[in-house]
Amino acid sequence: MTKITTAQALRQVQEDLKKNFDPTKKLVTICAGTGCRGYGCIKVKEELEAEMKKQNMDVEVRATGCFGFCEKGPLVIIHPEKIFYQQVKIKDVPDIVSKTVANGEVLEKLLYRDPETKETVLKEEDVPFYKKQLRLVFGQNGMIDPTRIEDYLIIGGYTALAKTLSEMSPEGVISEVKKAGLRGRGGGGFAAGIKWEGSRRAHGSPKYVIANGDEGDPGAYMDRSLMEGNPHSIIEGMIIGAYAIGASEGYIYVRNEYPLAVLHLTMAISAAKEAGLLGKNILGTDFSFDIHINKGGGAFVCGESSALFASIEGRAGEPRAKYVHAVEKGLWDKPTVLNNVETWANVPLIISRGADWYNTIGTEGSKGTKIFSLVGKINNTGLIEVPMGMTLREIIHDMGGGIPNGRKFKAVQTGGPSGGCIPENLLDLPVDFDKLYEVGSMMGSGGMIVMDDKSCMVDVARYFLNFLQEESCGKCVPCREGVRRMREILDDICAGKGREGDVDLLEHISTGVADGSLCALGGSAPNPVLSTIKYFRDEYEAHIKDHRCPAGVCKALITYSIDAEKCTGCMLCSRVCSVGAIHGEKKRAHVIDDDTCTRCGACIESCKFDAILVK
Amino acid sequence: MKKTANFTAKTKAIVKKHGGDRSALIAVLQDIQETFNYLPKEAMNTVSTMMGIPASRVYEVATFYNAFSLNPRGKHIVKICVGTACHVRGASAIQDKFEQKLLIKPGETNQDQQFTLELVNCVGACALGPVVVIDTEYHGQMTMNKVDKIINEINKEGAQQ
Amino acid sequence: MINMIIDGKNVTAPKDTMLLEAIRGAGISVPTLCAHESVSRSGACRLCVVEIKKGNRTRIVTSCLYGVEEGLIVNTKSDRVKNVRRLVMELLLARCPESDLLQKMAKEMGIEAQPRFTPDTDKGTCILCRSCVRVCEEVVGVSAIGLFARGSRKTVGTPFMEQSDACIGCGACVYVCPTNHIVMTSTGEKRKIWGRNFKMQACSKCGKFFAPVDQLKFISKKTGTSMEDLAVCTECR
Ligand SMILES: Cc1cc2nc3c(=O)[nH]c(=O)nc-3n(C[C@H](O)[C@H](O)[C@H](O)COP(=O)(O)O)c2cc1C
Ligand code: SF4
Ligand code: FES
Ligand code: FES
Repeated sequence: MTKITTAQALRQVQEDLKKNFDPTKKLVTICAGTGCRGYGCIKVKEELEAEMKKQNMDVEVRATGCFGFCEKGPLVIIHPEKIFYQQVKIKDVPDIVSKTVANGEVLEKLLYRDPETKETVLKEEDVPFYKKQLRLVFGQNGMIDPTRIEDYLIIGGYTALAKTLSEMSPEGVISEVKKAGLRGRGGGGFAAGIKWEGSRRAHGSPKYVIANGDEGDPGAYMDRSLMEGNPHSIIEGMIIGAYAIGASEGYIYVRNEYPLAVLHLTMAISAAKEAGLLGKNILGTDFSFDIHINKGGGAFVCGESSALFASIEGRAGEPRAKYVHAVEKGLWDKPTVLNNVETWANVPLIISRGADWYNTIGTEGSKGTKIFSLVGKINNTGLIEVPMGMTLREIIHDMGGGIPNGRKFKAVQTGGPSGGCIPENLLDLPVDFDKLYEVGSMMGSGGMIVMDDKSCMVDVARYFLNFLQEESCGKCVPCREGVRRMREILDDICAGKGREGDVDLLEHISTGVADGSLCALGGSAPNPVLSTIKYFRDEYEAHIKDHRCPAGVCKALITYSIDAEKCTGCMLCSRVCSVGAIHGEKKRAHVIDDDTCTRCGACIESCKFDAILVK
Repeated sequence: MKKTANFTAKTKAIVKKHGGDRSALIAVLQDIQETFNYLPKEAMNTVSTMMGIPASRVYEVATFYNAFSLNPRGKHIVKICVGTACHVRGASAIQDKFEQKLLIKPGETNQDQQFTLELVNCVGACALGPVVVIDTEYHGQMTMNKVDKIINEINKEGAQQ
Repeated sequence: MINMIIDGKNVTAPKDTMLLEAIRGAGISVPTLCAHESVSRSGACRLCVVEIKKGNRTRIVTSCLYGVEEGLIVNTKSDRVKNVRRLVMELLLARCPESDLLQKMAKEMGIEAQPRFTPDTDKGTCILCRSCVRVCEEVVGVSAIGLFARGSRKTVGTPFMEQSDACIGCGACVYVCPTNHIVMTSTGEKRKIWGRNFKMQACSKCGKFFAPVDQLKFISKKTGTSMEDLAVCTECR
């Protein structure tokens, strides 16, 4: 692409692109997000292309970022009719091409079928999963090939940047962002505009802006989907932020496990530079700004600001005490603004559509939308974007489609390892930064892990503490030693060796760890324990006093047996049991020898008659 | 001896590519690991000398970040996702099964250097949970039965080659 | 001068001092383990925490790293502070049950070992205060030792846990270690530290072994003083 040197020229480029874009033209979009790749969508895409060729059709097959409804991947949309196909397999491809693409004929079996009404749904936006969503940040994912800047320009990309540079002062940008009430999407919910203002005022140069794409919260992958699916929106936000603050250099810190995000961001950066939208003299103005990419090394703590700076500086990611703010002394002790990937992606929206518009979305204290990842024991796993203030019930039941296999909802974990578990009686809670905090959890990066009655809350607490013990940097005593001791106690409880007083002791350690730790990792580490004690104390008691795991998870506290009524003596289980604990003759009910059984669950997996009992 | 020389030459090229700035240490180590599949001691010493960073600081970084391995790894890397979503969907049973099948613990490489077992916290494919990533391929909705199948298949392919 | 109220007393302290110094300057004792006077501060041990009040907000801060501020109200003995200190001591006692220093401090603070914690047997008396690593980098200037791994596996040592070429055997780390964790044995002509043997230099005048040859070589290289001049012990100089 040739360099664009004025805001006017950018408009022209967008116009020209639009002219060549015919909305009635046939187009097939296929999600190439990580989830769908796991289902083999790349092969489906190749097959679609081959089939088009075979049938002599000149229709573009566009691989895009995540559509959100990962549960039903691979997902394919046929334009212009926007027919939404799900769980597409290679063998479906010939029919899709010859019937739907060629003649607009709908293939019923590939449509989404409402599990309750059993009716099929033709278009994406009518699927219950999408109906209540407001996909402002995430919605463009499905239309653009993230490796092509043209796709972003055609939907109005970089208009906000042009507006910023041609019509707005840096102070004007900051006041717009402040007025919009944009709060950080990476966890703390700190007001972005205030941070920017602090950094603009701070002395020192150069100044830096950084996008936090470390996304360490396990079970959250919205940042990944943005970086992979719409990298230019993040870059545009960062350029606008840099202009407002007076920064000349930027970094995107990407989690180690996200190679595709690194690739797409790298391509986007070089395309933006080539187009004159990034680098020296952006859009012909005297504003220059460049972005580098840093790959993380696999450390959750590096999502914390001072550890992230240490990592970019090439050192081990240990946090420092932060009595001087990063906006004054951040990366290399220079004024730095660190914002989450999703926060940056909100910026172009605010600039192009205005703070007043932005203020109409969301709740009193939390404006705009939030992307959540709905995962765990939920029917519709995926990414959703909803206005702040939507209730948990709407999210889990209406969009998530409830709990699989007819089981009962028990809790939803939000906020990742620093968050907490929210029980059923709080399902009508409107979700925003402050409400989640009030009930002992947090927004975090937006992971929502749904648990059913087969999830043990003590085990979940132990899981998080184990995670945190591994991920603690090990610098300060309360976090390094305290989290380890808490995990040891939880290990004991899960192993049936819990003692009277353990719950109180856990609470005691928790307050000391929360108050005494150097950084927020340790500071919030007790949350998973405290929130499960608060709402599910009876489960702790059952483990400690009755040596019972009500959910049937903790191996030391359960036994496997066979329901003689249901067992048909098919012998499948005895064959899969790797320790030979299952005995019985053909066509007779089998028995499990409890002493040999390791409770691995292989028999449950193999039994077709649901005859294995766990108690 | 030849091997050491090999490490050194390639490492030198990697350091040069990054311009030798101290802040590039992590990126340099990432490239070294990509090249050799782990961080050989000789390479780390070369990095220390060339970049003027004390060996203790290089070793600090190499041992701090999970992405680095100080030991040679197997031909296939089995990464079991133990993210929260996969955990509640039974990832630990899958982990047990892999440990049993390959006779190694996470972080270890089996005797014939075929497999290295690793744990990873969320690979961002929670819809497929429990997920296992072998080399670059995602295997979703894992069951114990599938573990056997996948490993046997890879072993068979290896035997054929 | 900066005016503050510490534990109800009016206290003044020079600008740019840390809260810890201001508190101690006022005659109030604060336990510390990692704030060694000859090295920079890390805030690792968390014993020095105090509660501060600014406006209506109170919070816990690390006094060894928190600069004095006009009008600050400081409480060094609040329940929250005591609770953190108690936990830190309980955790360290469980980590290093053999440490005499910890035993003594715990006794002074009236804290006993938490029986629910199984004492560690593999950590020696290392509390990971980092003073040794910092002295080696900041004062000696060789960075022979470092902090490896992370979380509860964190350890101090030489790279690859092998004999270090960078080490000059000076023993500065031994000197700053509060819990005598680092072992240095000297037998006249030989000194052993961090798993490596060092040849000692005999004084060219009195014949007494007084410093590792490697250390003298390091000084010679740094200062340009000849090895002959350096081969005289401090007493004979
Ligand atoms: C242990 C820890 C891990 C964190 N991980 C992340 C992360 O993965 N992504 C992120 O954006 N913020 C993370 N944060 C929050 C960041 O420190 C920081 O507050 C945030 O990136 C600021 O951006 P925001 O204001 O736009 O949210 C983490 C914080 C802590 C204490
Ligand atoms: S709280 Fe944990 S992660 Fe943070 S500095 Fe302390 S040990 Fe490191
Ligand atoms: S990865 Fe395809 S919908 Fe999410
Ligand atoms: S928790 Fe396994 S992919 Fe997210």
